[in-house]
Amino acid sequence: MLSLLNSMPGAVAQGLIWGIMAIGLYITYKVLDVADLTVDGTLCTGGAVCVMMMLSGHGVGVSMLVAFIAGMCAGLVTGVFHTVMGIPAILAGILTQLSLYSVNLKIMGKANQALNVRNYDLLVSMQYNRNTNPLNNTIFIVIIFTVVLIAVLYWFFGTEAGSGIRATGCNENMSRAQGINTNLNKVIGLVLSNGIVALSGSLLAQYQGFADVQMGRGAIVIGLAAVIIGEAIFGKVFRSFALHLVSVTLGAIIYYIVYQVVIWRGIDPDLLKMLSAIVVAVFLAVPYIRTTYFARPANRKGGGGDA
Amino acid sequence: MRVPLTGRVVAAMLELKNIYKTFNPGTVNEKTALDNLSLTLNNGDFVTVIGGNGAGKSTMLNAICGVFKLDSGSVVLDGVDVTKMPEFKRAKFLGRVFQDPMMGTAAQMQIDENLALAARRGASRTLKWGITKNERSRYRVLLAHLGLGLEDRLTSKVGLLSGGQRQAVTLLMASLKQPKLLLLDEHTAALDPKTAAKVLALTKQIVEENSLTTLMVTHNMRDAIAYGNRLIMMHDGHIILDISGEDKKNLTVDDLLHEFTKASGEEFANDRALLT
Repeated sequence: MLSLLNSMPGAVAQGLIWGIMAIGLYITYKVLDVADLTVDGTLCTGGAVCVMMMLSGHGVGVSMLVAFIAGMCAGLVTGVFHTVMGIPAILAGILTQLSLYSVNLKIMGKANQALNVRNYDLLVSMQYNRNTNPLNNTIFIVIIFTVVLIAVLYWFFGTEAGSGIRATGCNENMSRAQGINTNLNKVIGLVLSNGIVALSGSLLAQYQGFADVQMGRGAIVIGLAAVIIGEAIFGKVFRSFALHLVSVTLGAIIYYIVYQVVIWRGIDPDLLKMLSAIVVAVFLAVPYIRTTYFARPANRKGGGGDA
Repeated sequence: MRVPLTGRVVAAMLELKNIYKTFNPGTVNEKTALDNLSLTLNNGDFVTVIGGNGAGKSTMLNAICGVFKLDSGSVVLDGVDVTKMPEFKRAKFLGRVFQDPMMGTAAQMQIDENLALAARRGASRTLKWGITKNERSRYRVLLAHLGLGLEDRLTSKVGLLSGGQRQAVTLLMASLKQPKLLLLDEHTAALDPKTAAKVLALTKQIVEENSLTTLMVTHNMRDAIAYGNRLIMMHDGHIILDISGEDKKNLTVDDLLHEFTKASGEEFANDRALLT
């Protein structure tokens, strides 16, 4: 039991970092209504770029900024595949993700690169979870990061430009009829989303002390799990856009706490990815099964729309 | 090219010139949807459009909006040739209401947000806040004017509204920023008769208040006769009948059916058109 409690700060820190990734995913999955598989590659790109930049002597701020830009470039590629070349969004994401595997190997020169916390001035690290001064504490720093990110996104999606992106995700037909450039908005959404995912990747690489070409595998499933868990638990209470993003973060933390409990109970870690996939599959299936197999006739009032 | 007129001359608001469009060319599904279609609307015209299924009514509206590329021909809006302009840019000049009430609004967004999107049609979308306080009070007045009790539901998601309410909001959105041309594509066909009548009355009100040039496709011959100052009938991708002024006022449904048979050599085989 003590070992479980001891692992909690780590679970929360990891959950927070993955929560940032899940916020990026929320932009494509919920706002744009596109499942963007690029993120599996982008997460590693963010980590790889950050680690390599720091190894070559750059500061952590610049390194993370470049990682953010690298992620945005990956999103741009997917966006161009999808809108200019007419490739379905899922396939466009898979294509970019696959090519990012090679790109990430080339960035790092090998399959993984370590970043020793004792030699570099990192923003976050699992060494900083406890026994450091609070301002250096990883959990504290990532919370600040998340709050700022949510505030910026809340602002952006409230602007004219951001509203256009939300409308594009809701109803493309209507958006074009209202003079909104839907293709451009999809690209902007993908760019922004992948930038945020790469940022999360750069934090994750610092946290664990290395970047690995496999680190993004299944990231989209973990991100979706966070979105779905957050929605399932807090959806009824948290209604505004900003609170939705908060619930995504909380979803990611809960995911990692459950993850730690599962490990503590002695379940084979090899099975964890499959368990994650099953959790997401079940949560995605429930609304469908409810409406398809247990449908009750809707009791709608007011002038019927479908006479 | 037509030179924009400056004098007090009745100007053409819309000119469709010899438009051809064939879908799926070279396949078994090949369909010539628009076949040498030409039409000129004057400023302030309210034109109703009828015709059987597949006559090309909706295709004509989509051609005006730029949903697809034309095979040949041109679309000129108030002196500006928009043939090559993408759909989202042309939207600046056009107000649209679709047949499907779901299509004209963003269901997961609030009523005021939908209106704010429409108020910025044709303007560049900046990093300014997407909706202002002044706008909200203006929308409240406009919604109250619809008489559907929506003025107290500004922050409701549009998805919660009934089909008729959604069409009314879409109409408001289409006219919020004065369009050069209002395109109504059977916008009451999916509504029950009572709601349809209400939305039609509202349409008339909005068209008259804003003196909009309007193209209204309908399946209902009586509505086609009762509304507007001009009526056109389409068949096989072009216009076979064009009646306006006094002649239109004296029209009956029987006349139209007779004209259809004469012009097309076919019976008007459409149950919905007869059920009026």
